[in-house]
Amino acid sequence: MVSPVWKVTMLKAMMARSEEGQKEPKKWDMVIGPERNLFDLRLRDLWHARDLIFLFVRRDFVSVYKQTILGPLWYLIQPLLTTIIFTFIFGNIAKLPTDGLPQFLFYMSGTVVWSYFATCIGKTSDTFITNSGLFGKVYFPRLAVPVSILISSLIAFAIQFIFFLGFMGYFALQGSVLHPNWWILMTPVLLMIMAGLGLGFGIIVSSLTTKYRDLRFLVQFGVQLVMYATPVILPISSFPKRFQWIILANPMTPIVEIFRYAFLGGAGTVNLPDLAYSFGFMLVAVIIGGVIFNRVEATFMDTV
Amino acid sequence: MSDLVISAENVSKAYRLGQITSGTLSDDLKIWWAKARGKPNPLLKIGQEVHGNVEGETLWALKEVSFTVEQGNVLGIIGRNGAGKSTILKILSRVTAPTSGFVKIQGRIASLLEVGTGFHPDLTGRENIYLNGAILGMKRAEIDRKFDEILDFSEVEQFIDTPVKRYSSGMYVRLAFAVAAHLEPEILVVDEVLAVGDAEFQRKCLGKMSDVAQQGRTVLFVSHNMSSILRLTRETIVLEKGHLVLRASSAEAVDYYLSAGNARAGERTWEESEIPPNAEPYHPIALRLLDKSGKVVETVRSVEPFSVEAEYSLSAPLTGLRIGLYINSARGDQVLTTFDIDDASRFEEYTSRSAGHYVSRCKFPADFLNGGRYILGVNASSYRIRRYFMDEQALAFNVSSLGAPGSQWSEPRSGAIRPRLEWQIEQR
Repeated sequence: MVSPVWKVTMLKAMMARSEEGQKEPKKWDMVIGPERNLFDLRLRDLWHARDLIFLFVRRDFVSVYKQTILGPLWYLIQPLLTTIIFTFIFGNIAKLPTDGLPQFLFYMSGTVVWSYFATCIGKTSDTFITNSGLFGKVYFPRLAVPVSILISSLIAFAIQFIFFLGFMGYFALQGSVLHPNWWILMTPVLLMIMAGLGLGFGIIVSSLTTKYRDLRFLVQFGVQLVMYATPVILPISSFPKRFQWIILANPMTPIVEIFRYAFLGGAGTVNLPDLAYSFGFMLVAVIIGGVIFNRVEATFMDTV
Repeated sequence: MSDLVISAENVSKAYRLGQITSGTLSDDLKIWWAKARGKPNPLLKIGQEVHGNVEGETLWALKEVSFTVEQGNVLGIIGRNGAGKSTILKILSRVTAPTSGFVKIQGRIASLLEVGTGFHPDLTGRENIYLNGAILGMKRAEIDRKFDEILDFSEVEQFIDTPVKRYSSGMYVRLAFAVAAHLEPEILVVDEVLAVGDAEFQRKCLGKMSDVAQQGRTVLFVSHNMSSILRLTRETIVLEKGHLVLRASSAEAVDYYLSAGNARAGERTWEESEIPPNAEPYHPIALRLLDKSGKVVETVRSVEPFSVEAEYSLSAPLTGLRIGLYINSARGDQVLTTFDIDDASRFEEYTSRSAGHYVSRCKFPADFLNGGRYILGVNASSYRIRRYFMDEQALAFNVSSLGAPGSQWSEPRSGAIRPRLEWQIEQR
């Protein structure tokens, strides 16, 4: 045992040492403290981590379909099967209207757009849970994970989008009347809003799931339900009047509607205020998400 | 005059107990409801084990820890389980934030709490080098530049385009460490990553670590392994229940650490709270050093026999149980390992032990250990089945070389053993 007297001597020696000839830098590179500014998302760190983001995207893309027979073909099979089923059930059996557009293209355009949003939100909302092992061992800007998800989902979207264009061409050759128009130029804006919505809601849910695991199930299920409140399956015009406010309140509605109108023309409704509404909604979601994420990020390892 | 690169100022970290255990909204509601009626938390396990510094429902894993590290210093951090070592690492690595206090850092810091963090089993060795490197904070260009070196160090060149899930665990660890070893931060924070891989590889890792230290970079090294602490660090801080209790030269700190705790002169006893729950059904009671007359002592003479006894109880019968003793020198070199059923006839006699109270006593012959300070470790395991309990630094003791062969010269003898050997001198 060490006698208390000895301990005190050690302590004094220690203090003496720390006073003798050490020089504090004028400015510290980094200060780790208990609180930090809620709105400081440290985007600069994120920018420095761009190599990491790129590698995450690559990892997601390469590893998902390893050891599968069809490999990346799954990117095409998913929307194709969904479209075929929608066409069969809603188009042929239920005979729901499609604003005069070819049923197949109508459903496919909706499915392709929707699946980008659904993938973004679904995967982002698992950020903390699936990466808890990684996050517990090393620091890197946590936002790198959700951002890489947005990008890798974008690649999947691109593949499906080209597939969709192929079908468009096929239907045009078959004599369907399509009216692609200048709204096509809005596609990047639509994608950005969807990415933002997916990111915003995804990170809100992801931050809350560190405490309440229940929310994961709610999201998986909820996203499916919300799809029925968009024009993915039913054009707005066919919704009963008294329920139309629900579909109009959904920020995804203008996105699906504009996308479809831009590429297929037809009877879709398109107006800028609706788009602005979606944009505003996205902005709010991203800001709230960012703040919550920032808060949770600092201490989530203690609760997971 | 040296520059400070790390300054930790009154760093504290609190963990809330109880609340951590609930994971669903409904559980939380139950807790709130119970609280509202003034009842105790219904979901808290009875007799839930609590280490360290507990105040109400808060556990202080670290309490007002302050220290500074100068450029180029290699600082060791030691402490028993639950002393706050990993918490301080997590804070320095920015994995979690302190509850109060600040850590200021100058320069690029990288932490290695584990090797192979973020390795993806489906990706090839090459892809994983890039991914892991980037996770640890390297730029792509930097990895490109060091790729050949990493590959060379890892010794898995042939398999570099094979998914790492096909690797043997040794190859996996080698590749992972190779990436980590080529990080070039100004400050490196290392956990006991060296406790992996075979002896040969561990030696290589230690070599790499001391290279890093010699290049004038700052290293913080957390370990249970006193010999690596002594070999790699000049200064060491000792944590005890969240408090920094000592900062001294590594030799002093290690000695303090080894003699602290419940080890009184020649005897180490274990309290219920120190025994990990997974030791069940094994309960360590005491480890004692006895001189030739059976008295508990702290110092034995090299020229006399001595014994070491481990007292323990079993709350259930155990098959294949063996009690092991380790002797290491205070510098951390292993001297020997021995088990109570090493002898073939004992091995057959004690294939299983019924529940009860036991003492396993080992007698060491005279003229065996050299004078110096040694550390006794104890271990209870069933070979290839389970390790019940292990304390590698249970008890420190001294051996006096008074009267040992050659003590007519006052010079110290190197080496851990000092046998009385038969010499013949012939004149031809």
